[in-house]
This record gives sequence, C-alpha cells and structure tokens, in this order.
Amino acid sequence: MTDITANSMQPEAAEQGAPALKVRSYWQTVGYRLRYDYMTLFFGAVVVLIILSAIFAPLIAPMDPYETSLIKRLKPMLYQGHLLGTDELGRDILSRMLYGGRISLAMGILPVLAATLIGGSLGVIAGFVGGRTNMAIMRTVDVFYAFPSILLAVAISGALGGGIFNGMASLTLVFIPPLCRVAETATSQVRNLDFVEAARATGAGTFNIIRVHVLGNVLGPILIYASSMVSVSILLASGLSFLGLGVTPPEPDWGLMLNTLRGAIYVNPMVCALPGFAILITSICFNLVSDGLRSAMDVRM
Amino acid sequence: MSMTETKAALAEVDTRDARDRGGEAQPMLIARGLKKHFPITGGVLNRTVGHVRAVDGVSFTVMKGETLGVVGESGCGKSTLARLLMHLIVPDSGELIFDGDGVGQKDGLSVRDMRRLMQMVFQDSYSSLNPRMPVEDSIAYGKTVHGASKAAAKEAARELMKKVGLEPSLFGPRYPHELSGGQKQRINIARALVLEPRVVILDEAVSALDKSVEAQVLNLLRYLKDHFNLTYVFISHDLNVVQYVSDRVLVMYLGEVVEIGPVDEIYENPKHPYTAALLASRLSMDPDERVEEPPLVGDPPNPINPPSGCRFRTRCDFAEKICEVESPALPETDGPKAHVCACHMFVPKSGHSKAAGLDEPAPKTLARSAS
Repeated sequence: MTDITANSMQPEAAEQGAPALKVRSYWQTVGYRLRYDYMTLFFGAVVVLIILSAIFAPLIAPMDPYETSLIKRLKPMLYQGHLLGTDELGRDILSRMLYGGRISLAMGILPVLAATLIGGSLGVIAGFVGGRTNMAIMRTVDVFYAFPSILLAVAISGALGGGIFNGMASLTLVFIPPLCRVAETATSQVRNLDFVEAARATGAGTFNIIRVHVLGNVLGPILIYASSMVSVSILLASGLSFLGLGVTPPEPDWGLMLNTLRGAIYVNPMVCALPGFAILITSICFNLVSDGLRSAMDVRM
Repeated sequence: MSMTETKAALAEVDTRDARDRGGEAQPMLIARGLKKHFPITGGVLNRTVGHVRAVDGVSFTVMKGETLGVVGESGCGKSTLARLLMHLIVPDSGELIFDGDGVGQKDGLSVRDMRRLMQMVFQDSYSSLNPRMPVEDSIAYGKTVHGASKAAAKEAARELMKKVGLEPSLFGPRYPHELSGGQKQRINIARALVLEPRVVILDEAVSALDKSVEAQVLNLLRYLKDHFNLTYVFISHDLNVVQYVSDRVLVMYLGEVVEIGPVDEIYENPKHPYTAALLASRLSMDPDERVEEPPLVGDPPNPINPPSGCRFRTRCDFAEKICEVESPALPETDGPKAHVCACHMFVPKSGHSKAAGLDEPAPKTLARSAS
C-alpha cells in the first residue's frame, strides 16, 4: 500500500474532537424539528381548538342552535346575549357555528383522510410497480379526473341519495383521483433513484422497500396536497348541501350557513361573513400546519 | 515452529474463507453468455419495434480474491452488466455461477442468498443513499433485512463506519446531504460491506470524486479487500484507475467483450484494435507527447442496429471484407493468465490479410505507428 493510505484511513481525524451527535431515527428528527417550529405549533393548537370546540359544542354553545325567533331576525353582534348576532330565522349564530363545525369538519377532514389512504396507496402501488399495473390504475383514475369535481360529487350523491354519509362517500371518490396522481408522480420519481436499487440489491422485499424507503420520501407531497384539499372539501360539501344533497337544513353547517346568509349580505354583512370566516381560518390553519410538517420532514432544509 | 512457518500458517488461515464451497481453483464468478436486450416500444399500440442490445452474450470468469477491471466507452453496457450480475435486471439468457453454484437455478443459489454474498456500490453517491435516513440507518438497513436485530445491525454499522474511516458518533446521525462526496461514497462502501459479501461490484464507484479523494477511496478499497478477503469487479472508464487496481481487465465494446487478460499484458501489449485505441486516448503527462489526432473518430454505432460482422469494424483502421461478413468470436478463456481477444487479425487463416500466413503465436503487439 502506498504512503497516502495512512492518512486516508483517518481523513476526518481533525473533526474527531467535536462532540458526538445523538443518533435519531428519521421520525424522531422530524419530531425534534417540529418542537422548535413555533409557528406550526401555534397553528396546530388553533386547529386542535377548532376541533375541540366542535366536539364539545353542546357544552359551550350559549343557546339552542335550532331555536328560531321571528322578532330577532338578522340582528347585529352582541344583540341581547347573541354574541355574533342572529341569522335569517333568528337563531344564534355563535351556537350554530359551534355545532356547524361538527359537520363541516367531518365533511372536510374525513373524506380527505379516506381519499388519502385509498388514493395514496393506489398511487404508491401504481408508481412503484409500474408497467401494466400503473396503466390499469392510472387510466381508471383518469376517467374520474375527466369530470369537474362538483359535477362528479353531485352525480355520485344524486345516485346514492342525500344524507351526510353519502355526501362523504361522494367527496371521497372525488378526492381519490388527484391524490392518487400526486402519490404516483412522487413514487415513480423515487423508484428510479439508486437507493431503491441498492435496497433491492441487499435482498429487501417490495413491501419493506416501500415502507422504509419510499413512504418517507412521498409522504411530504401527499400530505401537503391533502391538507389543501380540506378547505375544498368543506366548500364542496356546502355546495352539495345547497343542492339538497349532503347536509339538510335545519342542520347547522358552515357551508350551508354561508349559502343561506348570502341573501342577507346587504342587510347585515358582518353576520353573514362569519361562517365564511370560520372556513377561512380552518383552511389556513390546516395549510400552515401541513406546510410546517412538510418542512420538518424535509431534512435537507 | 520457526517464525516463517508461523507466518505461513497465519497467511493460510487468513486467505481461507469458511464460506468457500468450490475450493481455491473454482472461480468466484462465472458468467456465461449473459444477454439483455431492452425492448423499444413505439407506435399507437405500444408494440415492440426493436431492441437495444445492451449486453449481448458476455462470458467471463472472476477468480477468487482478484480484481477484475471492466472498461469501455460510455454506453457499451458496463453498468447493465453490473446490474445483470446483481440480478437487479433479469438477464434474457445466460447463466451466472457463484462459487460453483448456479444462481437462480433449482439446486443452486437463490437470488436472495446471492445478494448477500455479492454487493454493489453505485456511481452516484448521493442518489444511492436515502435522503431521509441517517447514514447509520442506511448502513444498518441491509442487516435488518436479513433478520438481524436493530441493535445488532446498528452495532455492525458503527463498526464498519470505523473501518471506512468515518467516526460513527460524529457521522452516523448525519443525513446524506450533510456529507461530502467522498464521505458519502465511504458510507456506500460500508453499506455494501455490512452483509459481509464475498464479491463487491464497484460500478464507477470513484468516477464522480475529485482526484485526491478518489485516491483515498481507492486505497481504502484496497485495504478493505485485504481485510475482508473480497473479490472486486471494478467498472470504470478511467483507464489509469483500472490499471492501478486491477489484476485482470475486460474490455467491452457495444455489449460484447472484445478482449480480456491480465492487466499488464493488456496495457503493454493490447491485441484488439479497440483496446489499442482506448489506451492511445489516455493523455500523457509529457507535453512533448501530445495527442494531436483522435485515436478513435466518431461515436459508437447504434446498439439497436449494430454493424454486421465485427461490431468495431466501422471505426477500425484494419477493417477488411471478412470483418463485415463474420463476427469474430472470443476464444474460450482457460485460466486467469489467458489473454484473448475477439479479432480476426489474431485468428490464423481467418481470411484477414494480417492473419493470412499467421501461425501460432499471434502477433505480439499492435503499435499504432504501424497503421
């Protein structure tokens, strides 16, 4: 062996005095990074608060959300104990918004969650296996993609009939194609990288490779896309309610409230903007949290 | 027992491998007629319209404990060959014999077991590490795949990191983007070694590194080879590096082996005109010996539709009628000392003018000035 070998065996000798780092697994690292991302933590807390307020609506709502009053229609904020005023039938808007959060959040989150699971797995399988499997899955998905989302949701809800559960099912079907597409694109990019090849060369099976090497690299894009779908889902659900599918009045729902109070915009603009404000806050918080999660997951940043 | 006897005994123990099955004379690896044609699909119906003959009937042997260098221009099928050996790409035909056992055959070695015994280091040190995994986990991964506990795998990973010259407590928790190219390639080498393989395929493993780091990694590879009793298949387009590391050299052109032999013979006495041209393309350190005209002109022909007969004839200075008609076969290699080439000029009575009155032995050398 030549003389430079002696040096080359310990090339980082100069750095060896530095303090040792703690070995964290990837998910531990993500958790550690999140802990110091105060923005994300704050917006995460807001999301949790919104969800809690919906869950505990019966406990914290000041009034009965179904109680109508013809004299107290469309009153401004702080009117006789109605903190946020009353709607076109004289019902307390604050109580209705708290109760409405239950359906709106369910309609916003559950279909996206289900679609992420179904569409995401389909996309990962299509992207990783490739070939004919990819063709079969992606072309099927493309058929659904070809319809405008609201039209598709209306068609499916119409076929299934009204009701909250059918509304959720139809929204799930609407969100599967785009999520599947995102997952497929991300997976087929990762699949061709050498580290997947190297994992195969160690004798690892397909599911092990997907679990260990693929998921960590495709979850980021899927997650951020799914979270931006939450607000779309709330709005689509309200669209369905407007058409008499999905939520049926007098059930409180943010989207539905937005629609019905729309007519009163010249009478009392502040009051009718409130349900929209709730949707806005929720979707912004979801987007910011997922954005924070994504940057925590991107260890290169 | 005298001092020398003890030494001899120790040396013998060192070189013997408990996993050895075929004995010392059995080559570590025999490839016979490996072939891979990639289909090209086109048209509306996605039908196969042709084939890229990436590797077209390649046969060679790798002896135990040697380093076989594989050289050739880009696109000649070197990397496909590496992937065929690892069964990362399944060959269309041909067989692979690992220490006497047929790979993927009924009573032979399963592909999974073969992958334990044969590992690979890739060229791109960055993309061959998972960007979302601490490098220590990347090394340990292979071990866990084969059933080791997490703690044992991590211990093995740390041990290997020391062996490749990286302090585990300092580098283990880092992510690939936090390491330099040379450090990453050391991690890749450790990752390949964690399964305690007997053969390591180095596919352009040092090509992307700068020269000083390249030298360090080459010396590291040498040290590891002795330490772990390894056999290397070293694929590179850098002729100087191949000369430095190899015991024998295999020259590829357009998916075929054109010449194979001991490294000194090939470099001092190249037979095939392509090998001679390749060697002539090396730059000299002496400014008076400038290369003023290119030893080879043009690009290699299209592997979809290779020339008839000898594939090199379109760029060969010595091409004659026979080269167009008949494809020269590579003689069967017998033993590690054999130096053979696939060229009509070296086959007596082949019909080539240079071989016309040729009796054994074949012409010694093929100096460029003669042309």
